Amino acid sequence: MSKSASKPKFRWHIVVFLAPAVLVYTAVMIYPLFNTLRLSLFTEIDQERVYVGLQNFRTLFGQSVWSDQFWNALGNNFWFFVIHMLVQNPIGIALAAVLSHPKLRFASFYRSAIFIPTILSFVIVGFAWKLILSPIWGIAPGMLDAVGLKSLYAPWLGKQEYALTTLALVSVWQFVGIPMMLIYAALLSIPDEILEAAEVEGITGWSAFWKIKLPLILPSIGIISILTFVANFNAFDLIYAAQGALAGPDFSTDILGTFMYRTFFGFQLQLGDPHMGSAIASAMFAIILIGVCLYLFGIQSRMRRYQF
Amino acid sequence: MTTQTKLIAALMAGTLMAGTASAQDVTLTIESWRNDDLAIWQDKIIPAFEAAHPGIKLNFTPSAPAEYNAVLNSKLDAGSAGDIITCRPFDASQALFEAGHLADISDLDGMANFSPVAKSGWSTDDAATQYCVPMASVIHGFIYNKDAFEEVGIEEPTTEAEFFAALEAIKQDGNYIPMAMGTNDQWEAATMGYNNIGPNYWKGEEGRLALLAGDQKLTDEAWVAPYRQLAKWAPYLGDGYEAQTYPDSQNIFTLGRAAIYPAGSWEISGFNGLADFEMGAFYPPVQAAGDTCYISDHTDIGIGMNAATPNPEAAQTFLNWVGSSEFATIFANALPGFFPLSSGPVTLEDPLAQEFISWRGECESSIRSTYQILSRGTPNLENETWNASVAVIKGEETPEDAGARLQNGLSSWYAPHQ
Repeated sequence: MSKSASKPKFRWHIVVFLAPAVLVYTAVMIYPLFNTLRLSLFTEIDQERVYVGLQNFRTLFGQSVWSDQFWNALGNNFWFFVIHMLVQNPIGIALAAVLSHPKLRFASFYRSAIFIPTILSFVIVGFAWKLILSPIWGIAPGMLDAVGLKSLYAPWLGKQEYALTTLALVSVWQFVGIPMMLIYAALLSIPDEILEAAEVEGITGWSAFWKIKLPLILPSIGIISILTFVANFNAFDLIYAAQGALAGPDFSTDILGTFMYRTFFGFQLQLGDPHMGSAIASAMFAIILIGVCLYLFGIQSRMRRYQF
Repeated sequence: MTTQTKLIAALMAGTLMAGTASAQDVTLTIESWRNDDLAIWQDKIIPAFEAAHPGIKLNFTPSAPAEYNAVLNSKLDAGSAGDIITCRPFDASQALFEAGHLADISDLDGMANFSPVAKSGWSTDDAATQYCVPMASVIHGFIYNKDAFEEVGIEEPTTEAEFFAALEAIKQDGNYIPMAMGTNDQWEAATMGYNNIGPNYWKGEEGRLALLAGDQKLTDEAWVAPYRQLAKWAPYLGDGYEAQTYPDSQNIFTLGRAAIYPAGSWEISGFNGLADFEMGAFYPPVQAAGDTCYISDHTDIGIGMNAATPNPEAAQTFLNWVGSSEFATIFANALPGFFPLSSGPVTLEDPLAQEFISWRGECESSIRSTYQILSRGTPNLENETWNASVAVIKGEETPEDAGARLQNGLSSWYAPHQ
């Protein structure tokens, strides 16, 4: 009796209930991830898979044929991310602040309307925006003409200097609903007592937002930033749907996702190279891992939390 | 018998009957990137074959052209690919053969109907082994709107000077966009641009084989000059051509908004159904009157057998039929613009297609410069050519710089150029 008390029974039900999820997750996520990392250490010579250690990474970073494309794609990824951070998240916060205003009418209608693009498929969004912006059939030139701004119109998706920014803004349009909803929820969870106390001290309106609400929603903004980072460095679909695997014009919209796709599966006459493709995928994994770690240890752990 | 056992017995009997019924018929699944051809296969080719070969059913399952290679490779690796595989010419199919995915069909009776040039797209480098039956070639040139030419008062150009004079006249007239081509999809500029007008400069096969052997370089005048002509196209391509896609170009032309369309002959069947004006065609204009003309008559489609097919006999029967002139006649007339490669006699009913194929008699034929061997390494010359063609049209790179960049890329991996 005393024996069983000192050593509690192994709780089998935990294992049993966790098993399905763990097995499925291992099969479709963990095993492929490690297999990709493993594949990147091999190469194919005469139909034979040969172990070459880090040679693929040396090629990727050292040979200008590969490294030019890699750094171009990485730079484009950063620009994609910067646009999201500068445009999507401030707009999301502003929309949430407006929506949470108690006197706003039709708030739930606006909320749904802004959130709807988030549930659309990338392919539809890419195709619809391609049509809207098309110089031949699109409504963009006509609409600008109607307000006398036709001279501002350019074939944005076809110009090297604008294409990536245009696509980033399309992506912002699609996903601005996510930060809006998260911030909205965070704003609603701020207790009224705090806001009332601030009001008593004479802090109202804008200064109430800057001094009281913003510090309280900072953890949510941090979470949104890291979600945006991971999503942007994994991005592929929108670019592929709008510009194809060659990410034109002249690779100006090429990001790591499209670069990896082209290399791994091949494109047109170019044959697929699963080993170099895995090397790129591993590099993407490393970049995302480093970014998330920097955030977790550099920012998240120093963030102050308020307990009510 | 209880109700339950009765039910089981009935189910088993049903299964057995279904099993025997399907065992009589072999169904061959055909992989292809020609999703445009679905109707033609279903209405014409498949009924003709099935009527002649009872017991073999065909199932044509195409995927999107740009995704075909990726989809096919994944299916073959996973063992779920169809019995019959439509082959792209040269390296992509050769890689499939070397990986053991395509069967050796050198001994097929139908192969006797093809010339060595026709077979070259689908045989090993030493031409000893054949792995796909040649099906069709496509010819490049320019399709034009006859009504527009009449309105503007111009004739089919035969020299470059006449060509640009015609473009200028259409532009001055103002009712039509002179030429329907965009640079958004990139391949148009290379396939319908560079490789369309190029053979006139590098003298067709002569230049192409010299480049393969390393005797000519992409920095030579013959290979840079086509870029110089492409750069002069830009003012005639219409507003916003930078974002114009391939389907946009097709629509602009068939809606009668553009006068000239740099074309591959595969457009003919599609355009016939869409354009309500009369179309004509001219081959790439030569530099000076009286020069020999060269056309790109590119081996484009072959068809082979999945080495892992469970029905090799039925597949061979089908491939033999593809090599026959019966198939060539059905295919060429059902798909005007895809010209049969077999040496058997074929008559074409479509006047536009007949125009294209008649150039074989007037001009020297060649195939696209980047397809054989030169796109085997990294960087891949075909994709680089897409990129360079677009860059020179948009004026972002000079023709000389483009030639030098491509030559650098090629000599980085191709021994004869090192």
